[in-house]
Amino acid sequence: MKAFEYANPTSLKDALGLLGSSWSDANVLAGGTDQISLMKDGIHAPKRVVNIKNIKELGGIKKAGSNLRIGATVTLDELAGNAMVRGEFPSLVAAARGVGSPQIMNMGTVGGDLCQRPRCWYFRNGFGLLAMKDGKSLVENGQNEFHAIFGGGPAKFVSASSLGPAFIALGAKVEIAGASGKRSVDAASFFKSPASNDDREIDLKPNEIVTGVLVPMAKTNDATYEVRVKEGLDWPYATASVSLKMKGSTVESARVVLGHVGPTPVVAEQAGSMLAGKSIDESTAAQAGEAAASGAQPLSGNAYKVQLVKTAVKRALLEAAKRA
Amino acid sequence: MANYSWPPMEKRRVIGKRISRLDGPEKAAGKAKYNSDVRPDGQLHGAILHSPHAHCRIKSIDTSAAKAISGVTSVRVVAGPGSEIQWANAEIAMVAARTEEIARDAVRAIKVEYEVLPHLVREDRLDRTGNRAKPSGEVVTGDPDAALKQSDVVHEGDYGIPVITHCCLEPHGSTVQWNGDKVEFWPSTQAISNVGGDLAKGIELAAGNVHSHMDYVGGGFGSKFQADVWGVQAARMSKESGGKPVKLFLERGPELTIAGVRPSVYAKVKIGASKDGTLTVWDSLSWMTGGYTGGGLNGDLFPYVYRNVPNRRINHTAVSTNSGGSRAWRAPNHPQVSYVTCAAMEDLAAKIGMDPLDMFMKNADFTVRPAVYRAQLTKAAEMIEWKKNWHPRGDKTGGAIKRGLGLAVGTWGGAGHPSECRSTIFADGTVELSLGSQDIGTGTRTIITQVAAETFGLPMSAIKLSIGDSTLPVSGASGGSTTVGGVSSSSRIAAINALGKLLEAVAPAMGVAADELEAVDGKIQQKGKPSNSMTWKQACSKLGVGKIQETGRNDPRNPQGLNTLGVGGVQMADVSVDIETGVVKINKVVAVQDCGLVINPKTAESQVFGGAIMGICAAIMEERVMDEMTGRCLNQDMEFYKLAGIGDIGEILVHMDITPDNDKRGVIGLGEPATIPTIACIANACANAIGVRVPTLPLTPRNVLNALAGRRMA
Repeated sequence: MKAFEYANPTSLKDALGLLGSSWSDANVLAGGTDQISLMKDGIHAPKRVVNIKNIKELGGIKKAGSNLRIGATVTLDELAGNAMVRGEFPSLVAAARGVGSPQIMNMGTVGGDLCQRPRCWYFRNGFGLLAMKDGKSLVENGQNEFHAIFGGGPAKFVSASSLGPAFIALGAKVEIAGASGKRSVDAASFFKSPASNDDREIDLKPNEIVTGVLVPMAKTNDATYEVRVKEGLDWPYATASVSLKMKGSTVESARVVLGHVGPTPVVAEQAGSMLAGKSIDESTAAQAGEAAASGAQPLSGNAYKVQLVKTAVKRALLEAAKRA
Repeated sequence: MANYSWPPMEKRRVIGKRISRLDGPEKAAGKAKYNSDVRPDGQLHGAILHSPHAHCRIKSIDTSAAKAISGVTSVRVVAGPGSEIQWANAEIAMVAARTEEIARDAVRAIKVEYEVLPHLVREDRLDRTGNRAKPSGEVVTGDPDAALKQSDVVHEGDYGIPVITHCCLEPHGSTVQWNGDKVEFWPSTQAISNVGGDLAKGIELAAGNVHSHMDYVGGGFGSKFQADVWGVQAARMSKESGGKPVKLFLERGPELTIAGVRPSVYAKVKIGASKDGTLTVWDSLSWMTGGYTGGGLNGDLFPYVYRNVPNRRINHTAVSTNSGGSRAWRAPNHPQVSYVTCAAMEDLAAKIGMDPLDMFMKNADFTVRPAVYRAQLTKAAEMIEWKKNWHPRGDKTGGAIKRGLGLAVGTWGGAGHPSECRSTIFADGTVELSLGSQDIGTGTRTIITQVAAETFGLPMSAIKLSIGDSTLPVSGASGGSTTVGGVSSSSRIAAINALGKLLEAVAPAMGVAADELEAVDGKIQQKGKPSNSMTWKQACSKLGVGKIQETGRNDPRNPQGLNTLGVGGVQMADVSVDIETGVVKINKVVAVQDCGLVINPKTAESQVFGGAIMGICAAIMEERVMDEMTGRCLNQDMEFYKLAGIGDIGEILVHMDITPDNDKRGVIGLGEPATIPTIACIANACANAIGVRVPTLPLTPRNVLNALAGRRMA
């Protein structure tokens, strides 16, 4: 790990002042569950590390108008244990619990979940975000069982965010603060598929901080289903988060979002739209799963993930429908 | 000569009892100091520069910038210009420095020019291994061709079990202090009596000048017998650093790649039987890699346990790959060969439409222990309710979750290693046992203390035991499941010898001959007349200011009936497979194991639990992922190199075959046999559940769903 300067601001303004114009100037530290390992592995080597855990306005879960505002430094454990979240957004609870490790849930934060870097083993072994060598994609030509089956671009890693798909399904917005003021973006457009090794996977500049997430308190039924092997700490192989707006037993509108199958969470438009006007049962849920998987372009070693998408979507829908 | 034999089963007071391991509380409380926790005064930190390439030549190496960093005390080049490197993470240079950070900075400051050479790192497709594959010659018994033609049923199948790593939680390494002509050595090892000699050879120092100590080791599994280049270089760096101790332990990535792996085994098998399920022929073409040297497999192990099948043809090939070398891994070769054999037998049974339990039972005469296996199959079947729960291949009930049962067998040796124990009785009644053994987590401390307590008629708390130091009498390395037989025998003999001297010393005062006396319940008493007795303390006080010191030795050529070798073992698994996700969950594993005289049923069962858990990990999660594009292992971490957690292992039921007949055989080692059948029984249970064979392990979503969809591996 390269030696760095450590800053411990207590206000957002001070924190923003400590960031720089490039990623190598400064990195934000919240739970540190990803940031520290990135620095230890030499993937990130910032000159300064800015701890944001002592900034009060970045914490807490509270109602804000028609939204629930979840602060960026809220831990995954706090999120999964919060009464309002448990009552309103079981998809978030399932996604947070899916992390599987009490240690990570105690330290890891909501903002960190959105901003963490991909777990692609080429990236983590120092071969770059797009993992190219001699003009060839290492992922496409190498070992890709955990990689993307959606996306189509040069990025073949999968977004590591557990909460991202659920936030997108719930229509949430990500709050961002920067030197030039505050802005908010739809969770769906917060995630980006990078075109170069130097790009980031999220809509965030080096001098910006994610401050929180606004989740509309609409009357929807939501659920997350994760395909995981281990009961403890493990990355999902594929996930689906769904949100249903119901009219009686009929779906008025549905949002289906896939995780861990593309460089960003993948909004399965077709799966969502085909459910409108239908009720959810084994058959319609399975059809939605088929629709969600229809655009998949698996790599040499991950065709099995197509099946996982179908299953995750079907099971998430059936779970959400139980709540209707 | 004294009678050293074990006391009869019904007379034992400590041996055979379920005693909790003595070091459990210290370990659970975090008080146990492992050698990676040791911090001698002035300790420096070592770091290693590893090769980023799987195959390369060192063109030049420049350490000047590293040497110039303040706080760096030693920089040593291990692979100089011209050296050819044969696997990624191989050691190129080492650094010692005042802090870990400085050591790492210095490693980064070393400039190396590499000439990158072509590599081969994957062996799963034999047709892609070219001239790196070295067949070891055909072994034929009977007439396999004729038998294949004449058999009523022949099954042909492909099976694969990948390279896995030892994944020791305490990595390989040591702290070493070379001061003047003396070396203090704190290694993480399975061989405390001998590892110092290995270090001495590496640093060309008189072996007697190396003093090795270790109280605890955080996992070895067969990979920690040598001082290794890390120990040797740590010693040399210590000397170059003015005799200050240097700590050098591997980081996780190198730990998983260069500190030993278990070889893979892939096989194309033809197996035949008559209609009634009697095996007629085994014909296998197998290959493996154990790293650059290829790695050996005793092909004669095929077909495993059932090796007296009348017609056999074995062709085995070792593939040299540019990857870290193999080391013994808990029952070398056996889990892989058990998998290939038991999977093929299960597939053959399915083809015939026969219950595999009947097939394994029917062919027991082809094993060397027919009666043992029949009894163990019967017992295991009862424990898992085989007759009630087994169904023909493919769970036909509705829903995504399919349940299945599978079985497998194992065998092992486990005779005691050479061991010498010193037993001392002091005049104040204190008793000490000393031997240069090590407790690698198996309960060695506990069982030695039990043997001594039993022999002296004292409570276990009265015995002081010293192990883990090279100045103690020499005891063997803990490998091959040889420790329990070795140390229980040497400590029994040493204790009887010492007790004999004590009885001689007190006999006159008690008015009877020494051989009329016995040690029971903290007393020395006349046999058959317990009223003529004195307390242990009174007896020892007869020694005046003297003490009794005797030794006992286990000689493997004449273990005096105290220990022996040869065990069977049967395990059965009950699994549930989600056919929509390919996720395999373990419901239950039952293990029936014989191991002769069981000194401590609790720690013995604990060994079997551990063995089963390692098998579960290997069956459903573990695989070293090598990448032909980069020549690197891509999952050299604990994130994608997956191990089962407590929620993943299901229920494990152990039945130790404790019977008078087994007891009479003496003590037999247990560490290795317990892990052998687990993988195969889980794989067979999965096939039974989903109706198709997942040919290549582990049973991950990818491999399971590919098998269900009929997709071949890329």
